[in-house]
This record gives sequence, C-alpha cells and structure tokens, in this order.
Amino acid sequence: MANYSTNEFKGGLKFMMDGEPCSILENEVVKPGKGQAFNRVKVRKLISGKVLEKTFKSGETVEGADVMDTDLAYLYTDGEFWHFMNNETFEQIAADEKAVGDNVKWLVENDSCTITLWNGNPIAVTPPNFVELEVTETDPGLKGDTAGTGGKPATLNTGAVVRVPLFIQIGEVIKVDTRSGEYVSRVK
Amino acid sequence: MSQQDVLWQPSASIETLRQRAAILRAIREFFFERQVLEVDTPSLSQASVTDEHLQGFATEFVGQGYAQGLPLYLQTSPEYAMKRLLAAGSGAIYQICKAFRNEENGRHHNPEFTMLEWYRPGFDEFALMDEIDELMQLVLDTERAERISYQQAFLQVLAIDPLTVTLEELKQVATAQGFGNIAATERDADTLLQLLFCMVIEPQIGQERPCFVYHFPASQAALARLNEQDPRVAGRFELYYQNLELANGFNELTDASEQRQRFEKDNKKRLERGLQQVDMDEHLLGALEAGLPACAGVALGIDRLVMLACNKQHIKEVLSFDVDRA
Repeated sequence: MANYSTNEFKGGLKFMMDGEPCSILENEVVKPGKGQAFNRVKVRKLISGKVLEKTFKSGETVEGADVMDTDLAYLYTDGEFWHFMNNETFEQIAADEKAVGDNVKWLVENDSCTITLWNGNPIAVTPPNFVELEVTETDPGLKGDTAGTGGKPATLNTGAVVRVPLFIQIGEVIKVDTRSGEYVSRVK
Repeated sequence: MSQQDVLWQPSASIETLRQRAAILRAIREFFFERQVLEVDTPSLSQASVTDEHLQGFATEFVGQGYAQGLPLYLQTSPEYAMKRLLAAGSGAIYQICKAFRNEENGRHHNPEFTMLEWYRPGFDEFALMDEIDELMQLVLDTERAERISYQQAFLQVLAIDPLTVTLEELKQVATAQGFGNIAATERDADTLLQLLFCMVIEPQIGQERPCFVYHFPASQAALARLNEQDPRVAGRFELYYQNLELANGFNELTDASEQRQRFEKDNKKRLERGLQQVDMDEHLLGALEAGLPACAGVALGIDRLVMLACNKQHIKEVLSFDVDRA
C-alpha cells in the first residue's frame, strides 16, 4: 500500500494509525510564520468508529490503508454472519457481528448497504440513510392526534425502537433516518 | 472541464473586497500622517531565504544581459530589500506587497498573500508594539493589547520554563498533551516548543483583546538581536488575536558577522533535514556591513487582518482569487 505525505491529506483519505485503518474527516494546516508546520487532523477509526484528533509534523508520511467501500444488497443472517451480495456479479460477502455492530437493527432484506472492506475483509456496514420498517409493537394511543406532541416508543420488525407520533399503529410501515434513528414519515 | 466547473468567480464577495480596500486606505492614511515613507521593492530577487521553514518559488530571467539565464526567487518577505533602503538612509518606511511561500495552503494560508511590513529607526520592539497596537485599534477597534513574555506564557499555561526545560521534559509534556507520536522521534526542542505554542498556548491567549508575546528564545531569534540583559532571549515578538497569528516583529539584528553566522547555521539545519541549501543574500549582508541603523521592524498579514475585520473563517473569503481559482 502506498504511503501518503501530509500534503496529500484531505477528507476521506484512508491511512493506518495505531494498527487500525482510519479515515480523515478534517485536515487543517497550522504553520507559525517562523517555524515548523503541523497538520491537525480529525479522523474516524474505521473499526472502533471512534473519532479523535491527531497532529502530524508536516512533511511526514503515513502508511496508506487498503480500504474500499462497496455497495451490496443485504440477503439474510444465519445468526453468526450477515450475508450481502453484489447484484451484478452475484459475489457474496459475510460480515460478522463486530462489522455490523449497532446497524443490525436497520438491515432490511434487499436494501443496498455500504460495506467497508479492509484488506478485502468487511469491517463496517452502513445501511441506507432511510429504511422502511413495520411497527410490531406500540401503545394504541389516541386516534386523530397529530404529530409533534412528543410521541411514543414503537418497536419495529428488526427490533429497532424509535419514537413515533401518537397516531402510528401496529402494522403500519414507517420511514426512519438511520443516521439519527428518528422517525421521518408514515409509508402508505 | 464543463463550463459549470470553471471557477471563474472570485472567492471573496465584492462587499468584502470593498471592506478590504477601505482597510488598505486607512493603513496608508495611518502611515502618511506619521510621515512613514511608502516604498515598493522587487518581488523577484536574486537571492532567497535560508530559513529552513520557508520554501521559496524559483524562476529564471532569460533576456538581454542574461542569455544563460538569471535565477530569480519570488520574495518570501520584503525584509532584505527594505533593510537595504534603511542602510541607504531612507528613514522610516513601510510597504504593502505580495509575499510568496511555497508549501503553504490552508484556512489561514495561501501561497501568495499580502503583507504590510514597516521599519522604524530609533524604535525598540516595545515602541513598535505601541504603534502596532494603535493600528489595531484603528482598523479593528480593539481594546489595548496585552503583553506577555514567551516565558510567562509557557509558565502560565503549561507550567514549564521554555528557557531551561530539557528536551526530555518537553517530550513528556508533549506526550501528556496528546502529541506522543511527534514527541517519540523529535530531537529538536524548538520544534516541540513551537508545537506546544501553536496547539496549546495560542488558543489560550489574545481572545478578548490582541496579545503580544515578546522575548522569544534566542534559538528562535530569526533576524532579531539578542537581548543585552538576558541573551537567552531575543528582541522578537509576535501578535496574536482570536486564534490568528497576525504579526512578527524584531528589534533588528544589525551585526553583519552575526547575521552571516545565522545564515550559515540555517543552511546547516537544511543540510541535516535533507533540504536544499540556499545561497545567502550578499546584498543584505553588504548593507549590514555598511551599517543598518538601529531599528525595529514588523510584518503583518493583511489578509488575516481583513478576516478579523470581516469576521471570515477562511482566508479565501478575503482574497479576490485564492490559489484554487488563480
């Protein structure tokens, strides 16, 4: 894998830090008029998901990380692995619990997810920004009530729990923003 | 490139450019009233700078008298040419000009930028700080600036004395501040001092009002004379305001042989770091040998001044065209 100099730093660049692949979120050059320049970067560690700041002396090099994102359709889970397929080549990839993490609650069959591969192995699964899920459990609540009154919790068919408006009933399908975990709308 | 992709528009708004013009006019009035002479020195110079942390742009003149080509460098600051004018008897002078620095680009940097530089014969660094403060109050309507020595700043924020601290202690402090990756291999105490200053001290000073930091260590004297009472420190100061380094000034070194030694030392450092050595500017050394009057001088970044005046977060927002659109 190629090495990168600090001059190549920019959002999205993937490199190795403390043995873990990282992605640069922000890069800022700090250079006193007289003296050494530094690059202050904000990075996301791609396995732990942790975001942290790190400073490098400008001109240093870092080891690139062989990380790539690929869009695959979610198929099913066998309890141990979550299986995804490339709809064009039919090639399948199995991600373990660590890679799927908390996003397991947003996996819907046939939805296209972004799988992050490091050295060919899946390390992260990112669901689509919006998913549609069925409400399996929620208080009946009052009919005719409008949105914006605080709402109530609802359990969805994947196990996810989100706050929904009071008028949402069991059996309805709702649209959820997976980035915030918030209810967006009712799907008719 | 499709037509929509062409970045033909300016990176600053026309409104900001109007404010910028008003600031430049106010600065020229300021110096006119004080009878400081405006000068204009070459952007292209036959010599560049030896400072290991400044990289110049090089080009070549080919034409009448120079059939084989004359190497020329875009100035990183007008300092040397202005000192030659001082040595020739100009008296107090100022200049508003472009300076060019390779490898510098970011939120606070553009490879070419506008610098205000001025020299005051008979002033020491503290008298010059007074004048800079008056200019700040005029342009930015600031309160009177604070002053703190480099040593006090380190003692207050990090509880270490930068004039006596060892490399080992600096590495420990840098590691504790989250810079272990740099501290692990660094062998130059000044690099660690600069790191701690930029990252830890700068955000703590000059927030409410501008702050002068004076008496930089002798090892970071650049072109300042050493302090006679305490030669561990130099007559160098910097001005900080709201996370921007605005100005760097010196009680100027006038001793030609010491200047020559510092240039040689710079080139030794360049050699150690695998950088190309730079010929020293014999024109400047000639002027120092002939006699530079005792004076203080300062370089102030106009673009950053305009950023503060217009409340802009990125230097490109105050430039007609930043490097991406140049």
